[in-house]
Order: sequence, then structure tokens, then C-alpha cells
Amino acid sequence: MSTKGFAIGVALSAFVAAAPAAAQETPVGKAIYDKWCAECHGEDGAGDGSAAAYMLPQPRDFTTGLYQIRTTPSGELPTDDDILRMIDEGMPGSAMPGWKEYLSDTERNDLVQYLKTFSPFFEDEAPSPVEYGGPPGVNEEGLAEGKEFYDKIECWKCHGQAGRGDGPSAPTLEDDWELPIRATDLTEGWNFNGGHTTEAIFARLMTGLNGAPMPSFADLIDAEFMTEEQLWRVAQYVKSLSPETPEVREVVRAALVETLPTSVDDPAWDAIERFYIPLVGQIIVEPRWFAPTVDGVWAQAAHDAQRVALRLTWNDPSESPNPEWEEWRQRVVSVMEPSVEATDELLSDALTVQFPTTIPEGMKRPYFLMGAQDEPVYLLSWNSGGGATEALGRGMNAIEPIGGASTLTTESTFDDGQWRLYLSRDLITESADRLAIETGRPIPMAIFAWDGSNGESGTQGAISTWYFLYLDQPTENITYAFPVVAVLLTAVLGLVIIARAQRATGGGGPEPGSD
Amino acid sequence: MNFSLRQILALVVVSGISIATACGGGGEPTDDGADGDAPAAAGPVVSPDSAAMITGTVSFEGTAPAAEPIDMSEEPTCAEKHPDGAMRQLVMVAGGGLANVYVYVKSGLGDRSFPTPSAPVTLDQDGCEYMPHVLAIQVGQSLEIKNSDGILHNINTQPTVNRGFNISQPVVMETSREFSQPEVMIPVKCDVHGWMEAFIGVQAHPYAGVSGADGSFSLADLPPGEYEIEAWHELYGTQSQTVTVGVKETAEVSFTFSSDMAGNHVPLGEPLVLR
Ligand code: HEC
Ligand code: HEC
Repeated sequence: MSTKGFAIGVALSAFVAAAPAAAQETPVGKAIYDKWCAECHGEDGAGDGSAAAYMLPQPRDFTTGLYQIRTTPSGELPTDDDILRMIDEGMPGSAMPGWKEYLSDTERNDLVQYLKTFSPFFEDEAPSPVEYGGPPGVNEEGLAEGKEFYDKIECWKCHGQAGRGDGPSAPTLEDDWELPIRATDLTEGWNFNGGHTTEAIFARLMTGLNGAPMPSFADLIDAEFMTEEQLWRVAQYVKSLSPETPEVREVVRAALVETLPTSVDDPAWDAIERFYIPLVGQIIVEPRWFAPTVDGVWAQAAHDAQRVALRLTWNDPSESPNPEWEEWRQRVVSVMEPSVEATDELLSDALTVQFPTTIPEGMKRPYFLMGAQDEPVYLLSWNSGGGATEALGRGMNAIEPIGGASTLTTESTFDDGQWRLYLSRDLITESADRLAIETGRPIPMAIFAWDGSNGESGTQGAISTWYFLYLDQPTENITYAFPVVAVLLTAVLGLVIIARAQRATGGGGPEPGSD
Repeated sequence: MNFSLRQILALVVVSGISIATACGGGGEPTDDGADGDAPAAAGPVVSPDSAAMITGTVSFEGTAPAAEPIDMSEEPTCAEKHPDGAMRQLVMVAGGGLANVYVYVKSGLGDRSFPTPSAPVTLDQDGCEYMPHVLAIQVGQSLEIKNSDGILHNINTQPTVNRGFNISQPVVMETSREFSQPEVMIPVKCDVHGWMEAFIGVQAHPYAGVSGADGSFSLADLPPGEYEIEAWHELYGTQSQTVTVGVKETAEVSFTFSSDMAGNHVPLGEPLVLR
């Protein structure tokens, strides 16, 4: 499984595990809808199901006939195929699951017809797709032309110069329901609602996303400001901004190197492998957080037998504390926490890497969320306002810096919607509280991230499950031997965490664990 | 909005034109009706011998909310067009008259049908503001959307009765669209510039207009009869009155909005209901 798909997928498999292969009783859409969709989309399709309050973006309100992912012109209704595609594939980057594997063809087609009954618009309009030709071949000049038009038609106003969703208008965007909406981070194609192929991207540029600020660009072709081919170039350029969906591996490998990178942008990092660690909102303990900004961190690690160095890279459109994003923060807090008065205090961005205080024997691990009273965890805690410290965690609200001389060095940099953080320390230190880092042993590691401009702090942020940091042994000739059982365990642990969270919120549908 | 006298005059002209065009059924040739067949296509449905008229003023009582400055520093092109600083003022009062009130015949026309004017109505984006701020258009009539700024604007219409659209104009250009159903009112916004907002009123007939800078309006070339006239303001909601006009008569109607009405329900298009 992949990326965010990992966490969400795990959540989902818990969520739909009880789905029957085919609901034979009623072959009509309503029964299936009431069973599988109403909890999010509401009984009458108004997007106000019992679980909706916890979501941003919120479940679609079908009564308006506004569908985002279509092949029809801006403002028009979707075709039946458009609706079916979204039911089949789901909408990556949101809570909308794909149903292809869980519901039969007949059931999904019945659903399409049933969804249409929620909006009177479908009574007398028969939408038809926009027509266009195929893409030109991809080449260097083409991508350069695509970039030129990306700048010229000012996609960057919303999506940012580097495409990370940090354009000057990004903090002010709202959808048709007046809810805050992010300009998609174009460097994470796996989160595109309508898919990440060049064809899908082109279709979005032609049709726009109804109900969202993302406009259609088709009129630029009609007005002869640009050709269809040039719009294809923009789509190809956007496609080129994102790597393919990253594979999630449970082990972050720290290679043994002769010279350790010494700074955050040390060119030596280029040669060091990157591992993608997906993050999800913290929904295990109160107060929970369902709308995290950071949905993944790229981790790199290396050691030279004396010291270990980590580089963590993640996208966050706002360098917090940030007055320009204050309005955004207020809006997010008022939607997600209607009963809470947002403070006036500007919050910082933060990231914490969590380890046990000693490398566990066997598969035992401390309590996942910043440790427990009798079972502390060792933390590398960074904050955009104050640098990094080593700390001991005995629970989310019991984190204390470790005293005494520290060997930790750190550096961070923010540019164009991206944080890069460098952390390095001695493998072995004199203090018993500071984890003794050994080579050749899997060391449990988890990551927490907070975006201050999104109102995140404390328990309200993004978390990963346990991963492992593994330092190559100096003498090892089979460099990358790793206990398979540990890998399996991480996956199982992930399930347990999400399952617990599902149960705790009670908003996640059928009780998991019935399989 | 912090308008100079010249801008106010320009607005009077602009809103005057929009009334004239929206009331194109009258067949009064205007300067921009250069299109030869305009009067024919929008030929009078009311004989000139009987055509009646409703005129009036919208006045304002109380204190208008203070204008708020708009930060256009991100958009030098627009900031330059507002040498005294751009301001947002939704309550435009001059000499006691309230501008930007949409006034229209809500009922009384029976099942008469009216030709679609062939002259378009223009919605311009100039200095990162919509000109006009409120406009009247007829079903099927062409809405010419113009970008005079040459920087990215997106035009995001959010109707509930019509199907909307959200299109982009990153350069000086024009695009046309139309609406197929009557609707009071359709909000228009630019997501790039959160402060930009306009409202479009759509009727199946030509008897709709927007009060000018002095609060005056007129609905010309009406068939004689009894009408319900409604006035809509974006902050103060709606009011209506019933008037009767005889053959070739002119009836006076006045509306008064006051600052006490802030917080009134401001109806936008009513969501369609399932049959
Ligand atoms: C866990 C909550 C959840 C469940 C269950 C769910 N949806 Fe959704 N759905 C969403 C969310 C959230 C969105 C909006 C995502 C966005 O805007 O990015 C959405 C969007 C959609 C869309 C809109 C696609 C578009 O182009 O705009 C369709 C269609 C849809 N869901 C159908 C269904 C159907 C059918 C079911 C039941 C089989 C279902 N959903 C179950 C959360 C859910
Ligand atoms: C007015 C702001 C705005 C402008 C201008 C804009 N976008 Fe977007 N775009 C958005 C928003 C907001 C979304 C997210 C919609 C959502 O999450 O439902 C989006 C989504 C997208 C997506 C993801 C679609 C999907 O399947 O989820 C792509 C790709 C994209 N935009 C590309 C572009 C390109 C290329 C341009 C310029 C040609 C552009 N955008 C201009 C606001 C904008």
C-alpha cells in the first residue's frame, strides 16, 4: 500500500471490512446508500451525515448538483460515468473512499441513479463531455512551455511558484459552502481528487472543479490566448511536479557514510535515499484533530559510526507563526472546533521525532503517543520558534527537556511551502535518558508534525505510526538485513491504532475488528 | 468604495446603461446599440401608445457603515488604479439616495413573454473591482465578462437556480455567458481577490434595473397594470410595494432602507425543490 493510502487504506479496511460482497436484499440504490454513504453524505444527500462534522473537505452536498470531478464544462452536471468513476475510485486526499472492490457493478450503478435524485437539476438536463484531442508527446521544450504558461496564466496565485499550495491567494480560499479549502499541493499528485494522469489533470483544467475556487481554463483556448496543445503542456508540467505515488516502507535506513552531511542543504543529502512516512490527524486522544496540514514527511538518515544525522522534509504552505495565515487559522478552527474560541496567539510550526528511551528487546514498544508516566519516550523536538531540543515524554502533556550537555545539532530552513530540518547527535552519550543508538538494530521511530497556521498544537496535529530507524552495521556485508517480523508488526500496529480511533470517534461507521 | 466625484459620475452612467440595456425591450436605440438588428430582435411588446413607466428613488436613513480599506499591495496593477487607496463600501449613499439597489417587477406581468435583447450587458473587472457591482440582465441575454486589468481574475458565479460557472481570465480578454432562469440574486466572486464581489439579477422580462448613485431608478415601457415591485440590497434585504399604472402613465415608487435593517435576511436564489 502507498503513502497516505497506507493510513487511510488501513482506516478504510477497518471501516468497510464488514461490507457484504453484494447486498442482495434490495437491488436499488437507496438501501445501499443508506447503509454505506448516508453516515457521511446525510440521509437526504445534503452532505450533513453524522460523521461529516469531523471532515474537511466535507462530504459532498448532492442537492446542489455541484460535482468537482467531471468531464463536462464548468458549472455543468456530471455525466453518469463521471459519478461512477468517483464512486469507484474515491477521492484521494479526502475522506471519500473508493467502492469498486466492495460493491457490485449493479449496486454502484444503482447508486449513481440514486445520487441524481437528490438534485432537481438532473430532472431535465443531460450533460455531455467537453471534446478535445490527445496530448502531444512529452519533451523538455514542452515542459518549459508548460511552466511558462503556468506562470503566465497565474496558477501560482493559488498554487504557489513551486506548486506547493502556498500562493498569495491560498490563505483566503473558500468553497461554495464557505468552508476553507486548500489550493492543492501540486507536488503530491497522489492526493489529486480526480487522479494524477496527464489526461486527468488536463480534464480538470478544461472543466474546473465545481463548487471550488479552481476555475476552468477552457475559455483561454476559445479566446485564442493559448492553444489546446499549450494547455496540454501545462498539464504535463503539473504532472512533472510530483513524483509517482511513493511506496511506504517501514524501515528508514541510515546508510554508513564516510562524511556525514553537516547541514540541512548539504549536497551530500542528494545521494541519500528518501523514505516517505505518511501522517494522519491525531484522533486517539482528546482533543482530536481531523484536518491536519502535513500528510507526509520524507525522511533521510545517515551515520558515520560516531554520529547519526537525519533530514526531514515536509510541505506546509505557511511558515508559521504567520500573520498572513491568521484568517485561515481562524476559519479552520471555527469549522473544526465550533465550540472553541480561537486564541489570538500566533502558533509556530513544529515537528517531533519519537523514540523509546532504550532499544526494546523483542517487539515491545512504549505507548505510542509521547509515552506514558511509567514508560517514557525519547524525543527530538523541533519548533520553528525555538530550534530543537532533546526531551523526555511521559504523555502528551508531560514533556520535559533533558538536562545536561547535549550533542544535538540542528538547522532548519523554509522555502516556498517546504520545511527542511536537520538533526544530528552522537550515537552514544553519557546520559541514561538519551537513547543509546546502536547499529544493526531496528529502532522504533514515529513522527509528529504541527502547522501553527492551521491551528495545530498539542494533541491537535498529525502523527505517524511506529516506523523503524535502522543504522547499517560497520562490519555488515549483507548491508540490509532486516527482521521481517518487525515490518509486519508495524502494519498490525497501524491497524490497531486506527481501529481504536475509529471506535473512539464513533463516527467511522461499522465497528471494525469484526473480521 | 472610496469614489471620487468622477467615479460616481461614471457609475451613474454605467448603471444608467445597464438599466437601459436590461430594459432593451423598449427599443430605445442607445449609442452602443450599433448592432443593426438590435431593435428588431428586441422589438417592443408594448405598444408605444399605451406604454407606462415606474420611476422612483431608493433612499437611505441612518448611518452607513464605515468604508473598509482593501489591501491591494499584492496587486500593484490594481493598487495603481486607486491612488487614494482602495476602499470597500457596500452602502453607497449620495444626497440621501442609496445606490446599487436592484429593483424589478416581481409579479403582475402574467404569462407575457419577452424577446431577448441582443445587446449584451457588461461586467468589467477594473482595478480589482467589479463594474458594476450590481447588474440586471435578462434570461438568455449575453453577459460580456471583461478583464481590463490584465492580471488573473476568476469569475466564480454561485447561483442556486441557474447552473453557475467558474472561469479564469488571466489577461485582458472578454468572455460571454448567459443564464437560463430568472434568479434574484446570483453572487459573483473572484477567489484570487477575496474582496471582489458582484450580484447579478436575472429576469425573464426587461423590467429590472439598479438604482444609480442618487438612488433613482426607472422601469420603462411597461404594459399598463398592477405590479409588485421589489427592491433588493445586499446588506438590508428586500422590500416590495404594489403599484398600478394606467395607459401612458408614470407611477412613482419610493423605497427607504435604513441602517436598522442590517442583519435582515438577504435572499439569494431560492434552492430548487424536488418535484
Ligand atoms: C467517510 C465518509 C464518506 C463516505 C462513507 C462516503 N463518502 Fe462520498 N465523499 C466524502 C467526502 C469527504 C467527499 C468530498 C471530497 C472532496 O471534496 O475532496 C465525498 C465526495 C463524493 C462524491 C463527489 C464527487 C465529485 O466529483 O465531487 C461522490 C459522487 C460521492 N462522494 C459518492 C459517495 C457514495 C455513493 C458513497 C457510498 C457508497 C460515499 N460517497 C460514501 C466522504 C464520504
Ligand atoms: C483561484 C485559485 C486557483 C487557481 C487560479 C488555480 N487553482 Fe488549481 N485548485 C484550486 C483549488 C482550491 C483546488 C482544490 C480543489 C479541491 O480540493 O477540491 C485546486 C485543484 C487543482 C488540481 C487538483 C485537481 C484534483 O483532481 O484534485 C490541479 C491539478 C490544479 N488545481 C491545477 C491548476 C493549474 C495548472 C492552474 C493554472 C492553470 C490552477 N490550478 C489554477 C485553486 C486554484
